[in-house]
Amino acid sequence: MLNRGRNIEKGRVITRRMFILAAAKILLFAGISSRLYNLQISDREKYEILSDKNRIREWKTPPQRGIIVDNFNKVLASNDRVFQLHLILDEINDFDVTIFKIKNIIGLDQFQIKKLYKKKERLKPWDTLVVSDNLTWEQFSKINLYLHELEGAKPVLSTSRFYPYANDLAHIVGYVGDASPKDLEKPEIKENFVPGLKVGKYGIENSQEKMLIGNYGIKRYEVNASGKRISQIDYIKERQGNKVNLTIDIEIQKYAQELLKGKAGSICAMDIYTGEVVTMASSPTYDPNKFTHGINQKDWQEIKNNPLKPLINKSIAGLYSPGSTFKPLVALAALEYGILDPNKTIRCKGHKHPYELYGVKYHCWKKEGHGYMKLRNAIKQSCDIYFYEMARLLGVDKLSIIAKRYGLGTNVLGDLYNDEKNGLVPDTKWKRRALEQSWYLGETVINGIGQGYIQTTPLQLCLMTAQIANGGYKIKPHIIKDESINYKDVINKIKLDQSNFPLHEKNYLDDIKVEFYQRMYHKKSNINFVLDAMFGSTNEQYGTSYKSRYDDPKYQFAGKTGTSQVRRITDLDRELDLDTDQIEYKKRDHALYVAFAPYKDPRYAISVIIEHGGSGSKAAAPLASKLIKRIIDRHKLREQFNNGNTSLA
Amino acid sequence: MLRERIQSSNYSFIDKLRSIDYLLILLIIAIGSISVFAIYSTEGGKFSFYTKNHIIRLSVFFSLFLVLSFVRVSTWYKNAYLFYIVGLVLLITVLFFGISASGATRWINLYFLNLQPSELMKIAVIICFARYYHRIQSSDIQSYKFLIQPIILLIIPCYLVIQQPDLGTSILIAGSGIAIIWLAGLNIKYFVYSGLLLLVSLPFVISVLKPYQKSRILTFFNPDRDPLGAGYQIIQSKIAIGSGGFFGKGYLKGTQSYLEFLPEKHTDFIFTLFSEEFGFLGSIILLLLYILLIYRIINVGLVSRSFFAKLYCFGFATAIFLYVFVNIAMVLGMLPIVGAPLPIMSYGGSSLLSIMLGLSIVMSCKIYNQEQISVY
Repeated sequence: MLNRGRNIEKGRVITRRMFILAAAKILLFAGISSRLYNLQISDREKYEILSDKNRIREWKTPPQRGIIVDNFNKVLASNDRVFQLHLILDEINDFDVTIFKIKNIIGLDQFQIKKLYKKKERLKPWDTLVVSDNLTWEQFSKINLYLHELEGAKPVLSTSRFYPYANDLAHIVGYVGDASPKDLEKPEIKENFVPGLKVGKYGIENSQEKMLIGNYGIKRYEVNASGKRISQIDYIKERQGNKVNLTIDIEIQKYAQELLKGKAGSICAMDIYTGEVVTMASSPTYDPNKFTHGINQKDWQEIKNNPLKPLINKSIAGLYSPGSTFKPLVALAALEYGILDPNKTIRCKGHKHPYELYGVKYHCWKKEGHGYMKLRNAIKQSCDIYFYEMARLLGVDKLSIIAKRYGLGTNVLGDLYNDEKNGLVPDTKWKRRALEQSWYLGETVINGIGQGYIQTTPLQLCLMTAQIANGGYKIKPHIIKDESINYKDVINKIKLDQSNFPLHEKNYLDDIKVEFYQRMYHKKSNINFVLDAMFGSTNEQYGTSYKSRYDDPKYQFAGKTGTSQVRRITDLDRELDLDTDQIEYKKRDHALYVAFAPYKDPRYAISVIIEHGGSGSKAAAPLASKLIKRIIDRHKLREQFNNGNTSLA
Repeated sequence: MLRERIQSSNYSFIDKLRSIDYLLILLIIAIGSISVFAIYSTEGGKFSFYTKNHIIRLSVFFSLFLVLSFVRVSTWYKNAYLFYIVGLVLLITVLFFGISASGATRWINLYFLNLQPSELMKIAVIICFARYYHRIQSSDIQSYKFLIQPIILLIIPCYLVIQQPDLGTSILIAGSGIAIIWLAGLNIKYFVYSGLLLLVSLPFVISVLKPYQKSRILTFFNPDRDPLGAGYQIIQSKIAIGSGGFFGKGYLKGTQSYLEFLPEKHTDFIFTLFSEEFGFLGSIILLLLYILLIYRIINVGLVSRSFFAKLYCFGFATAIFLYVFVNIAMVLGMLPIVGAPLPIMSYGGSSLLSIMLGLSIVMSCKIYNQEQISVY
């Protein structure tokens, strides 16, 4: 019973304590309520103003893209004035009505309207919708006329990328377009991006994004409760991107494109000392201006379906067998390794008695044969038989060391172009690794005339020629002006070096890395021999490019033709012996030509490739000849300009 | 000889259904629905991640609540200490295997849910203390022997939670524990003395606080001290609530939250968003719903026979009150920002789970309210 009494007492205590607590709770809740009353009713106005004032909004303003200029500071990519129509979304009450009105004024089609709705989905309610980023003047003035009827519409004068030389530079400069999600992952774009900003999609525009993009500006506005801007309170000005200075000469580039008109192919030219790329033409080409505001379907189909493939930058992304343009290098390799005496005589007996190895026949291109040949004549007249034998003696591994040293097998411009190809200089190791097969001697033999596995880009052939023409020195090819190079020094260094002393270090002919502006040859006489043979090829009777020569020493050049087979030549073909224009386009040989000029004191190297052009001497050499004249005519100007620049720097 | 038999309560299922507190269930559903709308609004009126998750958790835990309501109150009583020990083990697990977010290690990854054991500890302390004081004679309560035990039981979890660090939850755990000690009838002088002691030792306590905790407390006294840093939350929250006015800015039109001025708007600052959009009127209604909820819980305690049930219900009611009060006072700028969710409203699985668990024990007290529980 006592316990029961205690329990009753305990229950009472608990209940009493609970009530005390409850009273405290009520008191505290009353405190909260009064605080709420204070904030929301007594001080409401104060907080309302604070809430409004609070909402300062920032708008980022797009920066102007840096311009791109050529060697002579001629503008290759500029920013043009464009008319745009923006919609401020939070000033619009009925989006459908506004779009309908705009549709009637500037004439949008169903497809464009659909796209606008999709775009709007992705935006925040206070963002700006870009209805059109490139209105015609007529559309723009019409919009201005009806502006009072269009809520939230804002006609804007803006800038957009413009390429004054359009087609002539598409492959070098590239083009811009809307940023894709992948573009936005790049730090330089992510940091500076503003909705609607165009970013580089290809070429210099793409790889030099960091230089070109600039920094956005910030406009700060005070906005009221319904989101309308009341006043601008701050404006941090945007900064235009930096200028990118190319080594290209637009006049020569234009001429090169003109020479290539109607053909598929490439012309490259570079300074053999400084490594400056003077022209890098690719044909057919396209108008990069069409991409700026999104290319329309028709134009896109036209570019995409063109069988000559305008989108491929043939100078660096086109891979070709070098054909006979490879012969000077094969000869050089054979001489350097002391494989053969240049006076060794080999008889070329024509198609009836071809070169034979293990029962396989290898033909010279000349049906009736060249007769007795020494090395100089074999280069000059491009005798295949001589080179079969020489390649056999030399072996593919030695040949590949020299070929790689002189610029083949690796891309030339580094990471400037994401589509630049490395090409391929085969050797026995490569074949075992890549194809898991051993090397056949027959493959060495055809490698000697630049056929088989070997693959080069036109720019590589240009670099190869340049590095032979400058006396065998490694240069640094580039297409963007390099402030760190003192051109005068570089030229003097190479010209004054030209040492006649053979290098006796025994590893010199091994696969070693050579520094820039250092000699790559073993014996000076070997280089001179090859250069002289190339002179013969162009300037002496029976030379393969004799018809394209200049007698004036100012323009006189030396070169080497090449004809690259795109398929195997059968016995039937040999019998038929058709002219180029009798053969189906796709089956015609590629025509190649490499040269350097002027012969005395050379300065420029050039490579020409005409896809399915037939023979090098007929299709490629004449173009090179014309361009060389133009380059040499402009040389003085270039020299003056560049020296003026260097002295300023 | 004075042992009381557990009344063999052969409640029929119909009886059980009859004794369910339907008003309590209605209140839970009402607050739950409001929370769904509020969280939907935090996502700018888009039905996405938080809203979906919140709805799923609400339905799962509400079902759990209904099922657990039919567990006998004596079962809860028997397992009260086990509950506490499990809570403690989980807290220690966090210490070693916890996952961290924004500088605090509070969670255990259970794959379907990141469990926050400190939230469970809130309930565990209440049920543990209810059992502890259930069996103690009122004459023994004042003795030191029986006072020292609950204090130790309280200090251990509080210390562990502070280490995470989570000052808010730790205070709430301590608060609920102290509330039950108070309810059990400990002499008022102890409370006065310890209150004075706390006041005296305050400078020392502040000196051991983490820098961010200190900054929050200093900021509380002067939010303008660092308006873009620590004071930002308090200022923005007050602006949001104040600018709501009497009727609010309208559902989905709370510009402060819509323009992303409010931090953590779906968790600790959910009341701010609600108050901005529904104004004084809405806030008072929500407050009344919570008062009703607390009242119903107290009511269950009043109609229960066992001390365990009484202590638990009153304790839990006080705990709910504390959670609501601390959270709202915090967002109104009346208390420092300590990180305490608003029961049911705030997004967060562990908090919701512990509240629903607590409510299911209340409901079990209601259904088996005539059950006597043996002292020994």
